[in-house]
Amino acid sequence: MRFLRSSPLGALAAVILIGAVLAAVLAPQIAPYDPLHNDYTAARQPPGLLHLLGTDSLGRDLLSRIIYGLRISLLVSVASIALGVSAGVVWGITSGYIAGTYDLLSQRLIEVLTSFPTLILAMLLSVGLGPGLGTVIVAVGVTQVPLATRITRSVVLSVKQAQFVEAARCIGASGPRIMARQIAPQCIAPVAVVASVNLGAAIFAEAALSFLGVGVPPPTPSLGNMLGGVLAQSFQPPWWLVVFPGAMIALTVLGANMLGDALRDYLDPRLTSRPRPRRAASASTRSSEAQVEPATPAVPSVHLTQT
Amino acid sequence: MTKYLVRRLLTAVPTLFGITVLIFIAMRILPGDPLARVGGEGQGQYQLSDEELKEARASLGLDRSLPEQYLGWMADVARGDLGHSFWNVEPIRDAVIRRGAISLEIAVVAVALSWLVGVPAGIFSATRRNRLPDYVTRLLMTVFLAIPSFWIGLTTVLILVLAFTYRPPLVITELWQNPLTNLQMVIGPAVALGLGLAAGLARMTRSSVLEALYDDYVRTARSKGLREQAVVGRHVLRNALLPVVTTSGAAIGALLGGAVATETAFGVPGLGTYLVQALNSRDWMVIQNLVLIYGAIAVVVNLLVDFSYAWIDPRIRYG
Repeated sequence: MRFLRSSPLGALAAVILIGAVLAAVLAPQIAPYDPLHNDYTAARQPPGLLHLLGTDSLGRDLLSRIIYGLRISLLVSVASIALGVSAGVVWGITSGYIAGTYDLLSQRLIEVLTSFPTLILAMLLSVGLGPGLGTVIVAVGVTQVPLATRITRSVVLSVKQAQFVEAARCIGASGPRIMARQIAPQCIAPVAVVASVNLGAAIFAEAALSFLGVGVPPPTPSLGNMLGGVLAQSFQPPWWLVVFPGAMIALTVLGANMLGDALRDYLDPRLTSRPRPRRAASASTRSSEAQVEPATPAVPSVHLTQT
Repeated sequence: MTKYLVRRLLTAVPTLFGITVLIFIAMRILPGDPLARVGGEGQGQYQLSDEELKEARASLGLDRSLPEQYLGWMADVARGDLGHSFWNVEPIRDAVIRRGAISLEIAVVAVALSWLVGVPAGIFSATRRNRLPDYVTRLLMTVFLAIPSFWIGLTTVLILVLAFTYRPPLVITELWQNPLTNLQMVIGPAVALGLGLAAGLARMTRSSVLEALYDDYVRTARSKGLREQAVVGRHVLRNALLPVVTTSGAAIGALLGGAVATETAFGVPGLGTYLVQALNSRDWMVIQNLVLIYGAIAVVVNLLVDFSYAWIDPRIRYG
């Protein structure tokens, strides 16, 4: 409750997100129509009493499609964050703890991965792996790996020499055990922050991929693929097909971003309003590193690289 | 300084090498044989015979060993030859130059707009911390960060179409041919991208101005009797805007490659739409070289950003 009182925006975000999650989970119960049911007699109807948000060119109910699309979009973004962040944590912990050549190669590979704009990377993966829901999850997930790895690694470097780690080593704990029992718990808070801050970006990435036709394949509705090709349909494009799904994306991303910010302030006050993230990051890792790495932002400035 | 520059330049070399290898492997492994796609897809009217396939493979250099193919590709790139698209005869290099100019223009205008809006908004918000104007500005920033720029694009085009039966110009107009028509093509995507960027910049400006406002030298400036305007304008901003400047540099690089969805929404023939077309038509040569260009741009931009930081902040230089 203290959390709610201390950040009203966080509370608003929670309300938006809880509403979205509820709608997504209960989709079969609350959607007025079957999102895949074509009804050519009711094609391209503007919002009205029968179809609250209107219908698309195949006569499918837009409201039902948005509810089901929300379901798919949330599923993809949450799954891809879970996938990408856990991969990043494992990679970051091993890379920071084992060090040596493995660490060096890992760092270079991460740098290569971050050299591609995230959307481009996701598009390539998505096309390369072939269409499908799993593909989109992997494609968006991979874009989450570098940041999670870097953050985890910097935490590992800062606690590696701590006394409790040394103590564990002294009583004969093995490397994997130390990584899992001593080091991993230290990474939870910063990683949770990254995950929540990036949730909005993941929703956004799914929408952009699907809009471009390389994401969730139709007829499965997703918030992004509903927007694809709408304007090309005719000289009088139905406005409701553009306005409502896009507004839903914006609302969900808004909720996710605000929740991320609130969680960041709550879990990690040090990261609040850090104006020079690059410096902050390099200063914290400098002591334990031979080479200077000013190129690692501590927490990404969300959406600065919008599509 | 020179030592740092050289060291940082050297670390970019393995990164560039890694990028080329990764792209090469991805292009060879992920999608399978490009010709199988070319032969298998399309109209399906004509099946290539084995000899024809073999000949076609040889003409594309696909019959050579992988290291040979890789070295051949690198040699071509080094000579500035990006090859030809599978589907039309235009050299990829020409298309990249033509479309890159448009994307660059959009990126520059977007970043300029984000400066015009974002920086003043950030200062405005920071100097009125925790008062109503601050809350309103911050709410606006949060909202604009959440709106996908491609959706702004779609909505803009929709309004133009419905209200004025307007369509974005289909013919590419160069800046020097007809600045006005050119502006029509560029301004939409630039505004759509600039709004999100402005929100991000405003946020960054706000927090860095806030931090600078409580620094010792600001107190000194105040105590020697400077007007608040002068304190903010001359002392705070000079320090607070450094990260904003470098971020904008990085944003131009990111926008050059990252504006795919927005360009598509507006139907602008930039680099982003080129990539989408290439992906849809499985034009591997175009994809391979475009992605290489994106990677190279990112490496160069990162270099420049790091250099500017080193130039600004001696602690990095001597770290």
